[in-house]
This record gives sequence, C-alpha cells and structure tokens, in this order.
Amino acid sequence: MGNKELMIRLRGVKKKYRLGRIGGGTLKADMESRWAALRGKEDPNTIIGEKRKVGDTFMALNGIDLDVYEGEALGIIGRNGAGKSTLLKLLSRVTAPTDGVIEMWGRVTSMLEVGTGFHGEMTGRENIYMNGSILGMTKAEIDAKIEDIIEFSEVRDFIDTPVKRYSSGMFVKLAFSVAAHLDSEIMIMDEVLAVGDVAFQKKCLSKMREAAGTQGRTVLYVSHNMNTIRQLCDRCVVMDEGKIIFDGDVEKAIELYTAVTPQKLPGKYIYDKTYHNDLWKHPDFTIEEMHATDRVNFVFDSGEDILLSLSVSTKQAFNSVKFRFEFSDMSENKLGSMWSHGTLSFEENEHRELNAKISSRLFTPGQYKVDIVAFLTDAFGEDHFLDGVYPGFYLEISEKINDANPFVWHREWWGSLRLQEFEIE
Amino acid sequence: MTNREKHYIRIDSRHDLFDLKLKEVWRYRDLIWLFTKRSFQLSYKQTLLGPLWMFISPIFSSVVYTIVFTDIAKIGTEGVPSILFYMVSNAVWGFFSSSLTGNASTFTANAGIFGKVYFPRLVIPLSNVLSGMIRMGIHFIVTTALLVYFTVQGAVTPHYWAILLIPAVLIWLGIMGMSCGIIISSLTTKYRDLSVFVGFGMSLWMYATPIVYPISQVSLPWLNTLLLINPVTMPVELFRFALLGKGFFHPVSLVISLAFTAFVTFFGIMLFNKVERNFMDTV
Repeated sequence: MGNKELMIRLRGVKKKYRLGRIGGGTLKADMESRWAALRGKEDPNTIIGEKRKVGDTFMALNGIDLDVYEGEALGIIGRNGAGKSTLLKLLSRVTAPTDGVIEMWGRVTSMLEVGTGFHGEMTGRENIYMNGSILGMTKAEIDAKIEDIIEFSEVRDFIDTPVKRYSSGMFVKLAFSVAAHLDSEIMIMDEVLAVGDVAFQKKCLSKMREAAGTQGRTVLYVSHNMNTIRQLCDRCVVMDEGKIIFDGDVEKAIELYTAVTPQKLPGKYIYDKTYHNDLWKHPDFTIEEMHATDRVNFVFDSGEDILLSLSVSTKQAFNSVKFRFEFSDMSENKLGSMWSHGTLSFEENEHRELNAKISSRLFTPGQYKVDIVAFLTDAFGEDHFLDGVYPGFYLEISEKINDANPFVWHREWWGSLRLQEFEIE
Repeated sequence: MTNREKHYIRIDSRHDLFDLKLKEVWRYRDLIWLFTKRSFQLSYKQTLLGPLWMFISPIFSSVVYTIVFTDIAKIGTEGVPSILFYMVSNAVWGFFSSSLTGNASTFTANAGIFGKVYFPRLVIPLSNVLSGMIRMGIHFIVTTALLVYFTVQGAVTPHYWAILLIPAVLIWLGIMGMSCGIIISSLTTKYRDLSVFVGFGMSLWMYATPIVYPISQVSLPWLNTLLLINPVTMPVELFRFALLGKGFFHPVSLVISLAFTAFVTFFGIMLFNKVERNFMDTV
C-alpha cells in the first residue's frame, strides 16, 4: 500500500446551465454573445459570479476541487439539486465543464443508469455484447468474460431470451453484471443498487468493495441510501449548492448531511395535525404536547435520564393504555423501541400530564428521531392503536466522555446502540 | 505507471477544434459493428417477409420509376434497359440519401444513450453508413443478376476495369452523405428547424442529380451547370460508367465533388466533436 496513486483530480470545476426554455430567446442571446466576442467585449450572457444563480443561468457546480486516489471508495451525498449528478456526468464525459480542469488516470466505467443501450428485442447475450461495448470493452474482452458475467447475473437460464421478457429484477442483475466485470480503473455509479432483491444488492456491494479493496480500483458512488454508503465507502464528500462542504470520514459526513441543527432540537413540541396519523388515530384520544422537563433542548449526555412530560386529552374513558417510544437514526432506520412498564387508565374528558423517564444509557453519541405511540390492550390481549406522533421529538446524545460513555464510540463498526455489558470469566 | 499514462485524460472547458479523435473511434470499432448488426436485427423483427423486404422495396420502386419516367414521361435511358438503369440509380441514391438522412438526427435520436455514457459519438454515424453500405450490397445482388442477364443479351457493356473503382466511389459517397448528415445533426441540437427541411430538401436534391434521367437528356443550360457543381453527380455517373458502360465525365465536376467531400468531412467531424461535448445540456 503506502503512497497511493492519484486517480482523479478536479480543480475549480464549474458547470453552468441556462435556465428556462431554449429557442426563440437564445438565438438572440447567441447573437449578442457572438457580437460581444467579436468586439472583444465581455459577453453579456455569461456572468460567472460567486452567486449560484445569475440571471437566467444556474451554476450546477460552483468550483469543485477534489482528489481521489487508487483503491478508494468515495461516497457522494447531498440533497437533490446539490450537484451530485452533474459531477458524475462531467466525470463520465457526458457533458463538458464550463470552467476548470478534470484529470483522470484510468479508464472510466460509468453507470448513471442501469442497462444503457439495452434493447428489449435482443437477447440477454446480445445485450451483454452491446452494453459491454458501449461501456468501452472490445469484443475479445467480452468473449473472455461472458461466462463470469452470466454466472454473476444469475439469469443463465434466460440468457438467450429477449430481455423484454425479463422481470425488472433480472434486467438489473444482468446490467449490473456487465458493468461490474469491466476492466476499468475508475467506476462511477449513481444509485444503481436501488433495484434488485436484497441478496443481489449485497452481492453487488461486496463486488464493488472487492473492486476497491483488493483490485485497487477507484469507486465513486452517489446515493441517498446512507446504509449502502456506510457499507461501501471509506471516504465521503457532502455536496451542497454546487460545492463540496465536507470531505472525509463517512460517519461524520452522514451525520452532517442528516443532522438537525441545534435550533431544530427544541425542548417543546405542540403536536398539530401534521404530526398525527389521521388514518389510524382514535378520535377520542390525542397526544397534544410534550416538553423536556429539565432543559430547553433535547440534548443529553450519555447515561443521563431523559425526563419528559407528555400531555394527553381524552373524550371517553380508556383502560390498559400503554406507550411506546420508537427510536430511529437520522436516516430513518428504525433502531429499536421501548414500551412503558405497566398500564394507565383515563377517564372521560380528561386532560392529563404524564411524566416519563428514559434511560439514555443505550444510546451512543449522535442524533435520534423518536416517535411516540399510544395503544391499548383489550381483554383478549389484542393491541389497538390510539394515537401516534411522527416525529415525537429529536434527541441528541452529546459526545462527552463519562462513565456511561467511557470511550469514543465507532458507529460505523459497532452500530448506534450500546447494548448491556456481559459477563465473562 | 505506463498504464496510468496510457489512459490519462484531461477534460477542460477548452476544446481542440482540430482533434478529430479518429484514434479513439478506432478503439471502439467493435461497437460500430454491433450497432450495424443491431440495425439489421431490429428492422425486420415481427415482419412476415423479414429480410426479403430488402429485395422487394428496391425492385418495386425501380418498376415504378420505369413506368413513370420511361413509359409515361418518355425519358430515354441512353439505350440502357430502363429497369436496370433505375435499379442502379436507386441503389446509388438510396445509399447516399440514407447516409445523410440517417445521420441528420444522430444527436436527438440517441440522446438517451448519449446522456448516460461516453463513447466517441462518431461511432453512430459510421455504423449508419456501414449499414447503408450493406443494404446497398443486398440491393446489388438483384441488380447484378439483371446486369449479367442484359450483358449476356448484349444490351449493356460494362467497363470491367472501372468496376474496381466502385468501392472507392462508395466510400466517397458514404462519407459525403455522413458528413452532411452530421453537420445537420450538430446544427439541429439547438435549432430544430433544419431537420424539417431535410425531408423535402433531399427530394429536391435528387431531382437536381441525374438519378431519374441521364445527363444527356438535359438541354437546359442552367440545369447543366447545376448538375456540374452538384457533388453527387460525379459518383453517380462513375457508377453508371462502370456498370452500364454509359456515363458522363467532367474533370471540373470531379474536382468540385472531391473538394466538397473533403471540406464537409473535415468541417463535419470538427463541428460534431465540438457539439458532442455539451449537446446534452441543450437537446
């Protein structure tokens, strides 16, 4: 290993798009630009400023500097419109930059779409040749690999059937297999793993990890699925407004991207209609408000008890009511739930404040989303949903090292929850 | 280390106009062939007669031409049996015209693929010309049968030595058609007007070329001049000269045609490569 070779270098890369319709007006604008250029004047239609939107143009990328090395699996995350796809398009050479320089030391396979060039009327085998050639392989290279490709795709039985008869899953499997077997040094993928069954997704991820890890290829991967980013990437950049705002550790990047800023971690919630689930809600039972009992923000140190007070109103009497807190990480993965111990009874037209105490011992530093659900267990032992608030609240556990959090917790390896200690002798 | 340098690419906002990227096209030659093969595989899927259509359509149109131009309009064909005359004319013009119109929408028709993956875009026009050439070859199977028949009958006397020139003339014609086509397709990514013009423009061009009539039948001076500067005239006449033994030759016309071909080829590829960089943003 040691010093790794630089594979991709971007310096000051910008990409400008023109907003609005093309035609009519643009001919005039073109004339103006040409005329200005002829007289050596500044083009009235190209003003590349610091602002992202200037006149009727839009800076999809606004100055990107990035170095990617051999063997790296780089994740790219960011909100819609942050410029991720534009960046991939430039690297795939589908379109050219407006400004700046891109240098690459290797062949590029880009999968911005699954099965580019696939044609329904042609068989799986014919499409492998077509797709492989489009992605830059020669016929001889495909000949050498076709067995591996068919094997990996798991569609051997249908390989001589036109792909229009394939299920969408088979189609994706075949397409991914072709791309995964290319001899390129750089692989660029745009959320193509979002399809296909779970087992195949896993297979793809491990194939790509292998490509980066053992074969020393460079993988660039854009996704909104934080879990695949976690599993695949060893480095991650966060993009926003056409710029890279973070570059480094995957967990930190995901945290930055999914994080709720402190102002958005209020200590008090009034649950209006938008929080409730109208479809399931019992009309006579309402969770109305909630606030942290001893602080203004839901920020706690590990091990601290989370004290909260919950207001509930009823229009009829309820017995055997229980509460459930459902914990998710900020990428909306459910982590676990806790049930209230014992049951509560409510009378008709009651308005009551309930006090809850949650131990935060389980939770590692980071942010969580907590949904609160009330339900009732009837005489037959069956549960009935009464009301739920989504989200109930956001919770942050600080990174402070203390008895409950005695060392730095590595989420990417150990997960979000700290389970109980066990005995060993 | 050498591998790194071999695959080094630098992309920036500038563009070298004179880099025609032909080496890269050569690297993708398998893809050219695959696109060509696919166009045949797909054209006759779910048809009853399948590839037989490739024989039927030129025969039909030649028969129609014979009826309209020889029997009704009484246009002579310099003593050549008119069905043979029109078979050859149709094959040559059909090839040129498909090389041009087939490529006039390269960018817009392939936006789906072009928007997702990079390969030298010139691959598509080249494969179109190649499939045009193969279609023409099939067309010529019928033509050759007729030719042999009429030669044996003594109705025509081909210039056998000139037949050796035919492949060169074909490439010349194909490249000219393709270059005109890609110029149109480059210009139509932004302003679509030109693509509307292509349809009737091509039929106008056909009548301004000695296709349905031999050049000897023309007595209008302005039309003679037009035929002389029309760059397609010479290749067509060379074909006739070789196969039918009757053809017109004029050195000025030849020079014009070759110069025109060289110009549109160079300019076309240059423009095409320039447009290919950014056309996805406007198409």
